[in-house]
Amino acid sequence: MNQSDVTIIDYGVGNMLSVQRGLERSDATVTVTSDPEVLLNSRRVILPGVGAFSNAMDALQERGLIDAIQDIVNNNIPFLGICLGMQLLLDESEEFGITKGLGLIPGRVIPIPNLTQLGEMQKIPHIGWNALRPGNKTSWDSPIHKYTRLGEFVYFVHSFMAVPSSKDHLIADCDYGGHSIAATIGYKKVFGCQYHPEKSGRTGLNILRSFLYT
Amino acid sequence: MLARLDIKGPNLIKGIHLEGLRVIGSPNEYAKKYYQQGVDELLFIDTVASLYGRNHLGDIIQAAAKNIFIPITVGGGLRSIDDARDVLRSGADKVAINTAAVSNPGLITEISRCFGSQCMVLSVQAKFNDCNYKSFKKDLGKWEVFTDNGRESTGIDAIEWIKKGITLGAGEILVTSIDKEGTREGFDVDLMQAITNEVTVPVICSGGMGKAEDLITVVKEANVDAVAMADILHYERDTIDNIRALAKSSGIQVRNYEPE
Repeated sequence: MNQSDVTIIDYGVGNMLSVQRGLERSDATVTVTSDPEVLLNSRRVILPGVGAFSNAMDALQERGLIDAIQDIVNNNIPFLGICLGMQLLLDESEEFGITKGLGLIPGRVIPIPNLTQLGEMQKIPHIGWNALRPGNKTSWDSPIHKYTRLGEFVYFVHSFMAVPSSKDHLIADCDYGGHSIAATIGYKKVFGCQYHPEKSGRTGLNILRSFLYT
Repeated sequence: MLARLDIKGPNLIKGIHLEGLRVIGSPNEYAKKYYQQGVDELLFIDTVASLYGRNHLGDIIQAAAKNIFIPITVGGGLRSIDDARDVLRSGADKVAINTAAVSNPGLITEISRCFGSQCMVLSVQAKFNDCNYKSFKKDLGKWEVFTDNGRESTGIDAIEWIKKGITLGAGEILVTSIDKEGTREGFDVDLMQAITNEVTVPVICSGGMGKAEDLITVVKEANVDAVAMADILHYERDTIDNIRALAKSSGIQVRNYEPE
């Protein structure tokens, strides 16, 4: 058994250092690895990620991590995807053609609409701080927002957005030009944050901390 | 609300019109202070790196990333995909490219393909092409692009260059007005307006913030997405808290800051 509180998947994609330091702020012990055996024996697992969806899926595939992630989730080990790592949780993405995702949360990844609700030009990527709103009636009961208050701000940077098939899986969203953008999603013990908790000041550090209690 | 930290060697410095640099102190101390005071993002620019073709920032960024949990953008002297990878590995989230992008525009595409366009900030130092001066260039638009921290003129039109940069893959534009930089006269609203009218990516405006009201003016009149502050914070002419409160009361969307 890997005794660390959290294991971060290293697949050459994403800023693992900041995520690690963010967790260590809550006195968590962290392992960073690409070894499927170590991952399968972890208490909790984080999948970071930046860049293109298909590159990330290829990188996971090359390292034999896709099956490992399925097994982790089947074994009920808490799992958190961050930014692109969150988008990978869904069934498929429209980024550069259709690419299959991990299929852990039903839904798809589509481009952020290029017009606002009022028909004005929308800036893309969506970069900056935005406030969290509840995604459904019970969302603030989710353990991932144990220390988060409604309306706290987190830092986003993305051009594509996740659309979970069921509103039950949308824990929090944010308003961008009148559109709802999925911010936190979750299904059983699988969670995803579109924003970067490791770059969202105290609010983000608290979200990482709450993952330590899942 | 960004804090901009211009670096020369191991020091935080500040100039006027990007010249006449004065030492302020230790970049890491200031970075930590601004983080704790609630700034939304940090911008480190190595002011002499592109002149000497080397970069001092690695150590500074590594130290900053240890205890700072907001986005960090790094620029100055980054010439290649490997330079970009190095600073991203040190803990930066985005790279700002000016000189190398002008001499090799393909670098913009390379970086955005490799790390994502959200990582690739096109840094543009623009100067007014004044028809009242001898240096006026008839064939050029209103603003000219400068490189090497404002030292080298390029004969390139700033607005056209920004449009091209976005086509090549830039995900964000950092615009520094050389005319306003360090003057405390307020931001270059005309320049920013001319840019935001043309582009669909976020624009960070830099250079000239003298007082909190300058931020309100440029956000309201030129619709910029973010504002870089340097001098006003370094010399404690105002606080992040005050500026945030004023922005909020003027109807500008700002983060509700939660102290750590």
